[in-house]
Amino acid sequence: MFDPAQAHDTGVAITTSAPGMITLRGALEDTAFKAAVEEVSGLTVPEPREIVQSGEHRLAWMGPDEALLILPRDALCDTLAALETALKGHHALVADMSDARRLFHLTGPDAALRDTLARLCPVDMRAFQLGEIRRTRLAQIAAAFWMGEEGRLNLICFRSVAQYAEDLLSDAAGKGVVLH
Amino acid sequence: MSTRLTKGGRRIDRSQPVTFRFNGRTLRGYRGDTLASALLANDQMMMGRSFKYHRPRGVVASGAEEPNALMGIGQGGRFEPNQRATQQEVFEGLEAESQNHWPSLAFDVGEVNAALSRFLPAGFYYKTFLWPRAFWKHVYEPVIRQSAGLGKAPKDRDADTYEHYYHFTDVLVIGGGLAGLAAARAAASGGARVTLLEQSAHWGGRAPTDDDATDQVEALVADLSKMDHVTMRLRCMGAGVYDHGYVLGYERLTDHLADKTGPRHRLWRIRAAQIITATGAIERPLSFAGNDVPGVTLASAVRDYLADYCVSVGDRTVVVTNNDDAYLTALALDRAGLSVPAIIDARQEGGGDLAEAARARGIRVLTGHAVAKVTGRTRVTGVKLARQTGEGAVIEDIACDAVAMSGGWSPVVHLWSHCGGKLNWDDAEAMFRPDATRPPTGADGEGFVNCAGAADGVFAPGEILQAGAAAGLRAAGATGHPGQMPDLAGPSERPLRRANPLEPVWLMPASATRALRAKTWLDYQNDVKVTDVQLAAQEGFESVEHAKRYTTLGMATDQGKLSNINGLAILSGALDTPIPQVGTTTFRPPFTPISMGAIAGEARAETFQPLRRSPLHDWHAAHGADFEPVGAWRRPYAYVRPGEDRHSATAREITQTRAALGLLDASTLGKIIVKGPDAGRFMDMLYTNMMSTLKPGRCRYGLMCSENGFLMDDGVVARWDEETFLCHTTTGGADRIHAHMEEWLQTEWWDWKVWTVNATEQYAQIAVVGPKARIVLEKLGAEGVEGEAFPFMSFQNHRLAGIDSRVYRISFSGELSYEIAVPAGQGLALWQALLDAGAEFGVMPYGTEALHVMRAEKGFIMIGDETDGTIIPQDLGLDWAISKKKDDYIGKRAQQREDMARSDRWKLVGLKTLDGSVLPEGAYAVAPGHNANGQRNVQGRVTSTYHSPTLERGIAMGLVLNGPNRMGETVEFDTLEGGTVPARIVDPVVFDKAGEKQNV
Repeated sequence: MFDPAQAHDTGVAITTSAPGMITLRGALEDTAFKAAVEEVSGLTVPEPREIVQSGEHRLAWMGPDEALLILPRDALCDTLAALETALKGHHALVADMSDARRLFHLTGPDAALRDTLARLCPVDMRAFQLGEIRRTRLAQIAAAFWMGEEGRLNLICFRSVAQYAEDLLSDAAGKGVVLH
Repeated sequence: MSTRLTKGGRRIDRSQPVTFRFNGRTLRGYRGDTLASALLANDQMMMGRSFKYHRPRGVVASGAEEPNALMGIGQGGRFEPNQRATQQEVFEGLEAESQNHWPSLAFDVGEVNAALSRFLPAGFYYKTFLWPRAFWKHVYEPVIRQSAGLGKAPKDRDADTYEHYYHFTDVLVIGGGLAGLAAARAAASGGARVTLLEQSAHWGGRAPTDDDATDQVEALVADLSKMDHVTMRLRCMGAGVYDHGYVLGYERLTDHLADKTGPRHRLWRIRAAQIITATGAIERPLSFAGNDVPGVTLASAVRDYLADYCVSVGDRTVVVTNNDDAYLTALALDRAGLSVPAIIDARQEGGGDLAEAARARGIRVLTGHAVAKVTGRTRVTGVKLARQTGEGAVIEDIACDAVAMSGGWSPVVHLWSHCGGKLNWDDAEAMFRPDATRPPTGADGEGFVNCAGAADGVFAPGEILQAGAAAGLRAAGATGHPGQMPDLAGPSERPLRRANPLEPVWLMPASATRALRAKTWLDYQNDVKVTDVQLAAQEGFESVEHAKRYTTLGMATDQGKLSNINGLAILSGALDTPIPQVGTTTFRPPFTPISMGAIAGEARAETFQPLRRSPLHDWHAAHGADFEPVGAWRRPYAYVRPGEDRHSATAREITQTRAALGLLDASTLGKIIVKGPDAGRFMDMLYTNMMSTLKPGRCRYGLMCSENGFLMDDGVVARWDEETFLCHTTTGGADRIHAHMEEWLQTEWWDWKVWTVNATEQYAQIAVVGPKARIVLEKLGAEGVEGEAFPFMSFQNHRLAGIDSRVYRISFSGELSYEIAVPAGQGLALWQALLDAGAEFGVMPYGTEALHVMRAEKGFIMIGDETDGTIIPQDLGLDWAISKKKDDYIGKRAQQREDMARSDRWKLVGLKTLDGSVLPEGAYAVAPGHNANGQRNVQGRVTSTYHSPTLERGIAMGLVLNGPNRMGETVEFDTLEGGTVPARIVDPVVFDKAGEKQNV
């Protein structure tokens, strides 16, 4: 079974965490919507395929009309309420999706991290940038991932397939580096 | 005999001997040997037997095109059949066995087929086994199955692992010969990301052997290795080129190693902006009688074995050719001190500079001559010499133990052609070449594949370098990275040899007698001879694709790499139609077969398929759940206790639930939030019933149809607030229905203000079912849930066991029932609290089968049982759920079509067997008479059928012609055993019709 502290020969370690996650649906280019979200989250609404961060709060672009706010659990309730208030009168949907997804963290040498996902995701991992988020396919499931800093890769998938994702990631991380 | 010479061998390391086993014998080779070269070094010339006639066969080629030397490699979990000995590198402990023989390679019973060859002509499968008809199943097919196939299928589970690797590149070069290296070098000069794949273990292709270009190759490799933006892979074949620059690369990581640690194969899934195919060319055999006797080898392969492994195929080698290249072989053999009794050149005028050189060394050169026949059975003993222009009258016997043949070159156009690149026939060189003006095109209509070097029909080394570099620059330029022409010194500076043109020779001698033609092989692996192709043409198989399938030419594992051009030339001759008009068969990926493991990649064992697990999955597993697949989910079918089977466990669960209290994990049901000012309008279009009138806090059961009118999903809708609805979908329907909603919103009603979120995974949902359900809720802290304070088809928020919960009072069982939704992470805590609170009532979890039986007792339909994609709600008596007030809903118009509206559609009824038995699943109700196909007429079918522990008899629903108008009538249902079972048409609701249990 999964041992969160397990470090692979390749130096890649996999851990999980359970922050709050709020799905926001609205027109991301709409100034009023933007202002409301920025006011509550303290973050600028991201550009396509971007994730922005401030402290423990992150705001990820999930589509032209969808964003994901990731925040500490203890700030969840207040933030949900604040968003509902700030967006009152706007056409927007705020949904608590904190329990719908599992968040994985992969830490280790940069090349090993990139190659781990290059085995599973149809993404150009050589060109993948810090601050970029990709919604894509992890082998047979939907996933999204980003790198906030060098040596740390974060990935979310749906809760029901977390075991599958964990098996995939552990396996792929253990296979080493293809391209140095 | 074939043997290892004492000195030399570019690829072998004589300081590192290895031992391996072949057919149980221990043999020795050197590190760097291929299995083929090592076997030849041990005088093992016979390496297999052919597919149809079981003729002895030796190695013909030295690379990927090899049709004969196919081996079973490895043992047990690492056994794999049909591996080419010419590509398999030897390592310490390698196990190899030859194929398609019984009982042994040297003595084979199946060889009798060869004696019967005149009774096994082209198309014999189609001709021979037609009659008597019954023989096919009992005699012919079993016998054919016994003898079919080359290698044995592995029996054990694959011991190795495999992986995929997604790779992105500007320019992909396939083929690491001189052209490919030059192309990569030029392409990389402007900063483009370049990837270079070479299927063999060595860079340079034929250049080191044929052009003395080792230094040039090493310099290019050294240059490229220094560049960070260049990726180079050996033992990695470009397997296929697909649309939009998608390419599969097949890398063999451990096949050449004794240490099998790590993935065995890696499948490169490459996106390339531009592709260069520098895949070289394959030498063609010549078609003369006995050209399949072990020892008859391609002239280029004879050179390769000599230069790369210092192995001679024979002591006395006759060279036979229609072009100048084979003279290189004669010269190389002569220089190595081996005997070349004669060079037989079919051309009257003979060769150019190389022929002069051969004569100068005293080699006998015969022009205008041909091999009439090769003598020998398991190895060559000699050739019979004839004139090329005649029928094969023998002039002289020449003793030899090997024949080196060259019929010219066929550019490897496979990868160029995979995605639609077109070919031209080059009459002068007698070969198909890529037509650069008709390349495979991408989404922008521009070509994305370039071809360079021998693959493009360019053979002079200097020209190859220039052409490769030009292709590299062109490709890089197209990706926005223009480069500069690199300095390419080396063979390009050497004077060109004067060569005489090739003369197409498709049959040797030109007018060979039938007896000779019947021993002249075109396709070695599938045993197709010149006479077979001629017979196919004679019998009317004029299309090259038809002739291929009729004769099996080019249908073996090598896909006719050696045979296709020779075969279609014979067909062209037989049809008296020029070769370009006959055309080629289609080139399909992969270039050579790739392993199933590489295709599967990580999808094996635990990760074969993603299983979706509910938040309560582990609890279920720990408490006897017998799981069943529902979509990708695994749901408990029943919780089986010791001494029970699934059936008795289900009966216990139902009885307990109806008597007191049961719990169901309903977390897998789809939960989609729909919100916005236009949400009500949108809901009215999605569902057949009126949803916009639903009051906040209330629930309504709804039906969803496809635009063709067919019922696609159902579920309870709750109106959370004025602007927000929650749509429950079926377990398997959540993703599909969410996509359906988004499709309509994004493509048709893009201006409606509606957002959706699929929140299925956010919630654990638990159904608390049975007469004691309300008491348990109250025990956990719910207040004000009595009677009309919390009416049926409404929801309320409560704090249960300290968890914020949304409680829906809905029922799919006919019992008093609440479905409680909590954040998924709280699901187990709530479940445990419910079990504790319900303990005094004997609470039991129940599975999907109990759910199904209880809903069937109530006559509730199930998507997937009562529906199958052809059923409309009206068929199921659900007219009450179709709004007459609405102008439109998805599927409304379709339901007005004549066929949907006709009165004699089969309709839903209950079915009660007269003897109380359970009707067979899917059984048909028979009707009098037979249809045009002689089958019984039918008038209905069973859609759901169960044993009801409540009623202690079988219950069923089904669709029956005019069913609702035939209440009380008896119809007969077919059984699998034969005979019929009578059942009475009844009301589908067989339990608590008045709903007294639910409405308390």
